[in-house]
Formats: sequence, C-alpha cells, structure tokens
Amino acid sequence: MTTQNLPVDELKRIANRMRIDIVKMIGAAGSGHPGGSLSAVEVLTALYFGGVLRHDPKRPDWPERDRFILSKGHGCPVLYATYAEAGYIDPKLLMTLRKLGSPLQGHPDKRMLPILEASTGSLGQGVSIGIGMALAARMDKKDFHTFVMIGDGESQEGQVWEGAMFGGFHRLANLTVIIDNNKQQLDDFTAKILDMSPLAEKWLSFGWNPIEIDGNDIHQVLPALQEARAATQKPTVIIANTIKGKGVSFMENNVKWHGVAPKPEEVEAAVKELQARI
Amino acid sequence: MKATTAKFELKMGLATREAYGQALVELGAKNPNVVAIDADLAKSTFSAKFQEKFPDRFYTVGIAEANMVGIASGLALTGKVPFASSFAVFLCDKGYDQLRMCVAYPKVNAKFVGSHGGISIGEDGPSQQSVEDFALMCALAGFVVIHPADEFAARALVHRMAEWNGPAYMRTGRAKAAIVYGPNDSFEIGKAKVHGDGRDVAIVACGFEVGYALQAQAQLEEEGISARVLDIHTIKPVDDEAIAKAARECGAIVTAEEHLLDGGLGSQVARSVAKSHPVPMDFVGIQNTYAESGTPDQLMEKYGLTAPYIVEAVKRVVKRK
Repeated sequence: MTTQNLPVDELKRIANRMRIDIVKMIGAAGSGHPGGSLSAVEVLTALYFGGVLRHDPKRPDWPERDRFILSKGHGCPVLYATYAEAGYIDPKLLMTLRKLGSPLQGHPDKRMLPILEASTGSLGQGVSIGIGMALAARMDKKDFHTFVMIGDGESQEGQVWEGAMFGGFHRLANLTVIIDNNKQQLDDFTAKILDMSPLAEKWLSFGWNPIEIDGNDIHQVLPALQEARAATQKPTVIIANTIKGKGVSFMENNVKWHGVAPKPEEVEAAVKELQARI
Repeated sequence: MKATTAKFELKMGLATREAYGQALVELGAKNPNVVAIDADLAKSTFSAKFQEKFPDRFYTVGIAEANMVGIASGLALTGKVPFASSFAVFLCDKGYDQLRMCVAYPKVNAKFVGSHGGISIGEDGPSQQSVEDFALMCALAGFVVIHPADEFAARALVHRMAEWNGPAYMRTGRAKAAIVYGPNDSFEIGKAKVHGDGRDVAIVACGFEVGYALQAQAQLEEEGISARVLDIHTIKPVDDEAIAKAARECGAIVTAEEHLLDGGLGSQVARSVAKSHPVPMDFVGIQNTYAESGTPDQLMEKYGLTAPYIVEAVKRVVKRK
C-alpha cells in the first residue's frame, strides 16, 4: 500500500509547505544545509506523496516497505520535513533539529531516529547500502524497491562507481539511484571543482537505465519515479536536474547557501516568499 | 609456522582461515539468513567453501572493499546475517570509513573476517600484511575484535560471532596454526582461556603467539620460572577479570601479539592492568615498522615474535617485580 496518491496541485502545495519547514528548522538550528535540502523537495514529495513509494507511516518497520536512503545526508532537513508531512514524526520535532538529544541529528542518525533506513553523512556510501537491501530482496523473492538519493558532488566519491558497477552488472532492477544534480558543492560549482558530466552517459555505460528530468518539476519527477519503480530489467538512475536553494530567490544558485543557516530576518523573508505561493 | 623447538613440540593443524570456511558452511546450514560476501579473495579467505554449498547466498563484489562493507550493512539492515571477508589489510584499511559509518555507528549486525593477518603470511610482503587491524577495529565503538589461536578456537568463535547481536571482526591467519585446543573446548566472546596456574608471570597472547607463549612457558619452567598463559582471543571487549586475576596472582605480565605495538593487544591489556592492579609489563610485538618478504618462520623470527623473544621479555619483566 501507499499512504497517499495525491494530485499534482496538492503535491505542489506539500512541496511548498516542506520548503517552509526546511527554512524554519535550519533557521532555528542556527546551522545546516539549506541549498541541497531545497533542491530535493520535489523528488521527495513525489516519492512519498505521489503514490510511488510503498510505505505506511503507521508501520515504519513493515518488512515489505520500499526503502529510501538519503545518501547525501547533509540534506536531511528535506527528509525530516517529509517524515513530518507523512506523519512519521511529530512536526513539532522539526524545531529541535541539531539540538542536544533530538532525534533530528545534524546528519541522519539511525540510533536516534530508528525509522531512518541508514545513517549517512560520509558521502558515497548510500548506493552500497541500497545494493545490500536490493540483494536481500532478491534473495528473499520480495518485491520491495530501494531508492537512494545521492548528490552530483557526491558522485566524485569512488565508492559510488563501485556501486554503479555492481548494480549494473547484477541488473538490480529493484534499485533506483536519484542524483540531485543541483550543480554545486561546498566550495564551488561542481563543473569548476571536478565536472561530473555527462552523468547519464556514465551511468548508461555502467549498465543502468538513465532518465534525465527537471527535478524541480513534479510533472516530470512523478513519471520518472514511476518508471523506475516498475523496472524489471535494469537498475534506474534518475538524473534530477535541480536548482540548489530552489524556492527561495536569494538562495537559488548561490554557492553560499550550501551550508549556512538563514538569519531570523532571512527566514522571515524566505517564508514570506514561499507563503505567497500557497 | 615451525612445528618444533627444542623444548616444546607444537602439532600443526589447519589454518584459522580454513576453519572459518568450515564454520561458515556449518552456519549456513543452520541459519538460512547467513549470507557471505567477498572481494575476489574467496579462495584465499575460504568463503569459497560457503559459495560451493550455498551459491544463492554468496556474492563476490569484485575488488571493491568499500562497496562490500556497505553492501554488508544493507544486507544486515534487511535482516540478513552477512559475513564479509577479504584480506585483513584490505578489509580494514580500505573499508574503514564504511566500517565506521555503515556498521559501527548505526550498530549494524554485520560480521567481518580479515584473513592473512599479521606478517606470517610471508612472501607476499608488507602490502598484504595487516599489522594494524586490531588497532583500527578496536577504535570502532561497539565492535567486537577476535583473533583465534587455532582451528578449534576459530570454528567455535565464528559461531559465537553469528550469535552475537552487533558488529564483530575476526582476524584469521594464512599459515597453519599450532593446535592448542580440541573439538570439545568451548569459547565465549570476551572470556580468556587460561593455560596453567604459574605464579611468577602471566603471558597474555593471541593468535599464533599463543603457541609461542606455550613454548615459552615450557622453556621458562625448566629455568625455574612458572608462567601462566592467557589466550585473549577477544581483544575487545578484553577480559578485564582474567587480566586482573593474573596481575594479582603473578605480579608481572608480558603481552605477545603479531601486530604493531601501537593500539593492539598490549595496549588493551596495559589499560586494563593499569586500572585494576598495576604490575610491571613488557610487550612482544612488531616495533614501529613494516616487515618484508620471507618465509613465515623467518619473518616471525626476524621481527621478534617467536618463543625466545617472549622468554627474554619475561626475564626482563620479572626483574622489575
């Protein structure tokens, strides 16, 4: 079962609400990574609320559930906002982000928040964990699907390509990698640090089925995820071309907002801008 | 390893890596959730034994240790009991961030076996010789770190690893191991095996050094020094109780390990002794260096790890009592 299979207009409203949550929680925390959280909002919205991911917030340990791993762990505010929106966690918890004792740690921590599929934060590792889950499903003849979101900067980690080799070779059709291709990393634009393009051709040559989309357009995200979920021959990689800081005009495409929290007046301005779209 | 010295004959048995392969097959028959993965060294680590028997539950990842550790984590998070193996040096050193992030930190129930531990692998040389795996693995919070002395200890402890709920690492050896135990000996994680009740000195050892320690014990007996030998097959959590008892009753301790003196068995035992009952200590191990190519016996001799070195260390330490 899936929790929700909502119309696109409603998905857009959810995406906007999640953006407000992201900005507010990082503002309250006083540190965090807004840019790469905001870029991934449409993908998580479509995945969790668009009828793609098989999940049930009442049964987070349901063995048949689809798995989602946020390998780019610094983007966890978008995952926490999704959990709150879906009913996995109390929305009040969002304002405890990064505070001592909070289950919403600075990077996803499965000890503190057991509904997480994995602890992440050291880049490059989520694909391998996802492969383990996909292999377990194959061995047990179960039909759950595993989704892993990585960053384009994260793709510079060699382990990502160890996983790409393995997934393609073993034709793990029950595994999907989503690249939040927001074109920036901490120090600068990815194209200036170590250009990873062409991503689609790279993954294609590793035996994956690449689907390239505008990752901030729900109309494109939804069918791509659905196609990936239904794959039977090859693993899928979705190259979601996104805008870092998407939705907050002064954050969009600005490298500064990789890992800086908005000040109270900036939170206010961002929330105002986002609310105007509801 | 060399089977004889003048004083005490050691009967050689299987290599502990081969015992690992046997135990893994036993586990596979017992528990359908046991899965084995390897990084293109299955014939050397003996996980190939499992592959022959349970091909559907075996994966080789190719030469990609980081990916292997991550896959082990994913398998464990989905209810499997994965045993991932490679050479100790590649598993621990190349997979270290993954062992920390995907296994230790989230406390994942995955098991790791590094074969070809120490310098006794011989001719392949330092690039293949793990002399730091105890230190690395002990520095991962929550990890159990095991190094069995012989085939019987190895087999039993592989079963204990599978029963243990949490991350665990075992170092196995390439060379044949001297037989110290029998099929009816039982082993518990974190509980030392004590050989003899000597009261002049305790020799605390693991792996091949247990055999050498027993040789040293016999030699020392002839010279009027009564030693007991503690086989600390579990380096972490170390058996504080047995070590405290040995310190109280013997008043001096020598540790012996096929590992750098930094961060291994000696460090674990020294901390334990310092806390419970400080006594003079001395340490047999690899001295801040990498070894070289040579036969296992030549290397163990050249790098100061054989029985005569333990005897020397004992003589030094008892003078300080």
